[in-house]
Amino acid sequence: MKRFFSLIGRDLTLAVRQGSAVTLGLSFFVIVIILFPLGVGPELAVLARIGPGVLWVAALLACLLTLDRMFQADYEDGSLDLLMIGPLPLEILVLAKVIAHWLTSVLPLIVIAPILALSLNLPGEGISALVVSLLIGTPTLSLIGSVGAALTMAMRRGGVLLSLLVLPLYIPVLIFGVAAVEAAVAQLSVTPHLLLLGGVSLGALVVGPLAAAAALRLSLS
Amino acid sequence: MSFAVRNLACQRAEQLVFENVSFSLASGEAIWVRGRNGAGKSSLLRICARLLSPLAGEITWNDEDIFKDSETYVGSYHYLGHQEALKYAMTVRENIGFWSMFHGTEDVVSALEQFDLQKLADTPTGLLSQGQKKRTNLARLVASSAKLWILDEPLSALDKHYIALFKERLMRHLAAGGMALFATHQDLELEQVKLLDLDDGAL
Repeated sequence: MKRFFSLIGRDLTLAVRQGSAVTLGLSFFVIVIILFPLGVGPELAVLARIGPGVLWVAALLACLLTLDRMFQADYEDGSLDLLMIGPLPLEILVLAKVIAHWLTSVLPLIVIAPILALSLNLPGEGISALVVSLLIGTPTLSLIGSVGAALTMAMRRGGVLLSLLVLPLYIPVLIFGVAAVEAAVAQLSVTPHLLLLGGVSLGALVVGPLAAAAALRLSLS
Repeated sequence: MSFAVRNLACQRAEQLVFENVSFSLASGEAIWVRGRNGAGKSSLLRICARLLSPLAGEITWNDEDIFKDSETYVGSYHYLGHQEALKYAMTVRENIGFWSMFHGTEDVVSALEQFDLQKLADTPTGLLSQGQKKRTNLARLVASSAKLWILDEPLSALDKHYIALFKERLMRHLAAGGMALFATHQDLELEQVKLLDLDDGAL
């Protein structure tokens, strides 16, 4: 366990010192959300209606933007070789990288999402549901994304292929996430949507590290 | 403690790189792998580090196949490849500390001293010269408790003084019952070391 937390700690330290992973995704998220009222117009009813979808799609794309670096930096400097032959099982190693990615690239989006939701005229109930749905659903983005990141880490311009591989798999998370927020706005129960979202996340937690570990072995063989 | 390679063959891009390579190492022994460019020195070392699969042959650690039953082997060796595996945003101490912890030891202070890195301990590795980066990598070796050192070009970028220092550390490692398998183009002038010439596949 010490090795597991040490690896997460190392990645968090690097993210804080280099800053790019945190600021890149966060800046993209903020800019996309700000662009929508400018493009769609200032009508509050329209913004409130499209708000849940816009926020979830922007979070999903911002997450995607930083996915390619999940293994690439370690692959390029040779650290991945040493990590892979080390005592930590590869699946656990992947899980540590996923947690570090979520903490550095996705959690800041969730923190700032309520403020951006206000700019899209989302009511209070909708904002609470948005935060909860993002907390439950976004780990899936990092978990599924880790498979694509492992498959494309050795490729030049692998980011485009990564998007094509991963985006279709994000659809269930997007549907249930947006549905939860819309249900809250319509004063309906959000529990079924959150349970489905949780189910998807648990499934991804089981499958993601196994598939990403296999993809890493394949990429390095 | 024994490490044995039997009838090893390696293929890269559907071309045979080497075949029928056999050797063994016991405590206190070292093998210096030599050969022309492309002879397969790095591939051999990567196979021994379980980073590549061989085309044929067997490698055992204490008579257990390292690819089938790697549990005891994993903590017993340390691989140093061509790449630095250093994080430039982290200091020398942090880099060595992370890897030594990862390999189950935390003797960073001694490792820094052994490669004359005390004054650079809190310098980000991104600011180091190539030679200093190499010394940081070598310090990771002595910070680990690995019995077998697998080293690919461990002397590149080192000056005469630090090559002599590395030789001294290597001899100390062997005297303590360690083993080493390394490839270098530099002339090390070590009498105790066996030579493996990959051009003819023989010791």
